[in-house]
This record gives sequence, C-alpha cells and structure tokens, in this order.
Amino acid sequence: MKLFIKFDINTICSLYLKQNLEQNNINFTTLGFGEIEIEDNIDAEALDNLKTKLAPCGFEVVENQKSVLVQKIKDAIIELVFMDDSNNYKSSVFLAEKLNHSYGYLSNVFSEVTYSSIENFIILQKIERAKQLIIINEMSLTEIAFLLNYSSVAHLSTQFKNTTGITPSAFQRIIKKRRENLK
Amino acid sequence: MQKNALHILLADDDEDDRLFFKDAFEEIKIQTNVNFVHDGMQLMDHLMNTDNKLPDILFLDLNMPKKTGKECLIEIKKTEHLKDIIIAIYSTSSSEEDIEDTFIQGANIYIKKPSDFNTLKKIINEVVTVNWHYHTSGLNRDNFLLRLK
Repeated sequence: MKLFIKFDINTICSLYLKQNLEQNNINFTTLGFGEIEIEDNIDAEALDNLKTKLAPCGFEVVENQKSVLVQKIKDAIIELVFMDDSNNYKSSVFLAEKLNHSYGYLSNVFSEVTYSSIENFIILQKIERAKQLIIINEMSLTEIAFLLNYSSVAHLSTQFKNTTGITPSAFQRIIKKRRENLK
Repeated sequence: MQKNALHILLADDDEDDRLFFKDAFEEIKIQTNVNFVHDGMQLMDHLMNTDNKLPDILFLDLNMPKKTGKECLIEIKKTEHLKDIIIAIYSTSSSEEDIEDTFIQGANIYIKKPSDFNTLKKIINEVVTVNWHYHTSGLNRDNFLLRLK
C-alpha cells in the first residue's frame, strides 16, 4: 500500500521545538516567525546543550541580525507561496507590510546575505510547491498553474524548465521511476 | 553567508578539467573548500574512510577509469552514511538517456561540462546558491533535480 501524506512544516517545527524546550525545563513564549523569548536567564551551557540537541533536525540559532531578517523574509515568502489565496497579494506589498520595512531595504539585505534575489527565491518556492503538487498527483498542470497564479500552463512549464532544467512531465516520470527503483 | 566553508569534492580523471574547476571555485563569492580524487576507486576509498569529512556536494564525472561514475553513484546511494550527499553529475555527455538514468539513480544535479570558463563559473554559482537554499529553507531534497547546460 502506498500513502501520500500531506503535512504542515510549520506545525511540525513548532511542536518539535516546544517538546524540546519543555524537556529542558525552559520557560518560553513563541513570538511567531521562529522567534522565541526565553523567560528566565539560562546559562551558556544549557543553551549550548539545546543547540546540540536541535541541530540534527536542522534547527539553528541565528545570531546575526541580518540573517535573522533574511530568515523572516524566507518564512514570509514560504507562507505566501503556500497560502491558498496567495493570488490576492502582491509579494512586494505582502513582505513590506508583514515585516515593517520597505521592499527596497528587504531586497538589499536579502541579496547581500544570500547572493541571490527575493524574486528568485519566490520562484524557487513556487516551483517547489508545484513539484509537491505534481507528485501528489491530484491536480492537473492547468489547475496547478491557476493555484500558483501563473497566467497559463505554458508560463508554469517554462518557469519550471528554467528553474530546474527539466520539464514538469520529465520531473514526474523521474520521481516515479526513482521510487520504483528504491523498492 | 555561512560560517563554515562549503565542502566540495570533484571526482574526475582529467587533469585539465580539475584545474579549470578549481579556478572557477576560487573566483566565486561563496567560500569553498575544494578537494579532488582521480578515479572511482579512489573516490569510494575517500568516502569510506571515516577520517575524511563528507562533502556537501560531490561533483562526479561519469566516464572514469577503474570504476565509472554511474557505478559510484549506485554504490553511494546504497550506503547508509553516504546516501544523503548531494550529487552533481559533471559530464561531457548530453545524452538524454544518461541524464534521466542518473537522476533516477538518485543524482540531484546534472551538469554538461561547459567549454568556456565564464559559463562554468556561472553554473557553479547557481549550483552552490540553489544547494544552499535547499539546505537552509526546508526544501525537500528528494525533489531536488537540476539540469544545467
């Protein structure tokens, strides 16, 4: 039997973080966007302990202010791309309002830290979502294109090909064969 | 961008290609640490030796003496502690069959060896940047396929 499981990364991460902090007896409040306020003073050793514990799952404490902002930008983009009514928002306005900085400033910081642009990151995330939808195989390419706010299937296919170097149908075929190969 | 330099390993039997590759990595902005092996046997020995740090990205030539890139790819994907390494095939072949086959065997990236230096630099830059996004933005590595010409 094969099951396709949909999951929400945000919920998983918050839950995992919560359990770990509780296990370490740390009192905290979550402020959203991956920001956490620790209520008591904890010593450096306990903090290091927590960092080591979280590391295997890819959690990392961000220490530099610009990196913090970039992480917030990325989280906001992911939120926008994975919303079902994302068609109603213009990404630059969404980001500026959400993060309380001008889009120009956000865009500069993002490029400075990641060596790539916000626009590229949005495309990468949209294509990532398209990949997930293609794999789940519940929607046609036309429906996927509409959901992700592309003007046409051709537009989605072109951007998919430009981003990954392969066409959506080749992608679908390869992933399918790769899975069969793993059995 | 990141505290530690990115670890790169290239397996290629052609000395000119190795030099070309090394120079390109020296010219990009992202800090990297590039190592080389000359054939498939040496590659597998290097990866199996637990004293060596595993690469963040392995660039793999398909056509190598002793053990081909494809054999190495299959072996790596079957080895528990190696199967999560991001693998970029780096080959002169542009046959659709080779491309699709290596993707199916688990390669993440397919690069057709470019003939000029600037294209190589551009390609390497793109690989490193996209890889970094996959590393830091919760993207699913199982879906990471990228073909560059």
